[in-house]
Amino acid sequence: MLTLECPYCGVMADETELSPGYEAHLKRFGPGASPEEFEAYMFARKNPKGVHFERWRHSYGCGKWFLAARCTATLEVFGTYPAQVSEPPADIIAKIQARRPDWQPDWKATK
Amino acid sequence: MKRYSVFAIAREAVRYHMGWERAWASPEPKPAYDVIIVGAGGHGLATAYYLGKNFGITNVAIIEKGWLGGGNTGRNTTIIRSNYLQDPSAAIYEKSRSLYETLSQDLNYNVMFSPRGVMMLAQTHHEVRGYLRTQHANALQGVATEFITPQRVKELCPILNIDGPRYPVLGALWQARGGTGRHDAVAWGYARACSAMGMHIIQNCEVKGVRSENGAVTGVDTTKGFIGTKKLGMVVAGHSGQLAEMAGFRLPIEAVALQALVSEPIKPCMDVVVMANTVHGYMSQSDKGEMVIGGGTDGFNNYTQRGSFHHIEETLRALVETFPIISRLKMLRQWGGIVDMTGDRSPLISKTPLGNCFINCGWGTGGFKAIPGSGWAMAELMAKGEPGPLAAEFNMWRFKEGRFIDESVAAGVAH
Repeated sequence: MLTLECPYCGVMADETELSPGYEAHLKRFGPGASPEEFEAYMFARKNPKGVHFERWRHSYGCGKWFLAARCTATLEVFGTYPAQVSEPPADIIAKIQARRPDWQPDWKATK
Repeated sequence: MKRYSVFAIAREAVRYHMGWERAWASPEPKPAYDVIIVGAGGHGLATAYYLGKNFGITNVAIIEKGWLGGGNTGRNTTIIRSNYLQDPSAAIYEKSRSLYETLSQDLNYNVMFSPRGVMMLAQTHHEVRGYLRTQHANALQGVATEFITPQRVKELCPILNIDGPRYPVLGALWQARGGTGRHDAVAWGYARACSAMGMHIIQNCEVKGVRSENGAVTGVDTTKGFIGTKKLGMVVAGHSGQLAEMAGFRLPIEAVALQALVSEPIKPCMDVVVMANTVHGYMSQSDKGEMVIGGGTDGFNNYTQRGSFHHIEETLRALVETFPIISRLKMLRQWGGIVDMTGDRSPLISKTPLGNCFINCGWGTGGFKAIPGSGWAMAELMAKGEPGPLAAEFNMWRFKEGRFIDESVAAGVAH
């Protein structure tokens, strides 16, 4: 069972205490956006086999949304962090690169 | 290929069964093919088979990372049905179900299709209304389903508890011509037929890259070297996102784990497939006597082919309530598959941004039932370069255009 630490209340929460919210750091588009931008925001997904950033909600705890860095190929958790950021903080990146030396962030290139 | 028949059995019986030949060849790859299919699961092999059978294209390689039929084709609960709400879904799943009826004869390989009937229980008033709607939609689509009473449910499946306490059975959507099949035999049968047509099935050969020039694929880099092709078909279910990334485009797909399990074998006690979607579990009995059980998907991206334990607990809790007889059964085996879930829970059978590259994926949790129809439609798309009537609505641009084939919300079914 997946266990994530809620960065707000510090609880090590089991998966049954959490609700998954899929890919994090999506760039949002609303009215006035082109169909391509809106499709990319609504549907196109990285769905990586490896390092992934996700939204989770501590729904049977403090109720808040937070973000997690996780490996989808091994289920290893690199860390969690509050949701009020547009990209993962430096300490999370460092933790990922300590475990996955070849991994490079891709959002500088895509955003 | 020597045909399997009663005479073949008699012939082999008198010579100590020394004359059976390998069902398919394992050749080394040629430098180039007319068509490469990536993925030798049911859908990939069916695509290749119908390319050969319906369009005469046999210079085909089917490349597989592991062994054929070792992905979701070997990891499902073998349910075959076509009682979908939306017209495009009903059309392709009904085509598929009808192909299953004669598949053993077509392939000269016993796929053990067993049209024992599929029953989808209605356990809330909302579900009753939903299935009545599906029944009427199916009548217009030419799919034989009927909404049956709780008493008829009990007659068809006596081990079912229809009295609750939480969710009494209020009726069911019954498709008498749905059923189950032998999942491995479907892959093996198609593989044998493809090999007999001269196609190359190349196992233990992982695609590492997709090469393209001027918006068209020229070939794939694999662990057995570069293989050129005039047309590329991607039919890799859970790993579609990886392959699309190699080809340079993104898909509306998330890969998640779906688990299933079987019990110890017991004497025959149910001869239909029952799906209970409100409590979320489904069960049938295999020919070996095991109860074959499935439930819901895990809720997060996962490529590990194993899921979270609490989903097993939730599924079994739901089924023990529905089938009190199984409460003391021991579970024998459990497994997980990586399913590719699209935004509208309907598949993609589509052209891609690369001109001669085609994709067939997104079958999510219900791909086994679709194998023959999916291969039929994908073969037509690849041979003609344009989709036929079965595949037309399942293009990947429907998400941009807002033309969803919305099975997840409209039918509320577990695929």
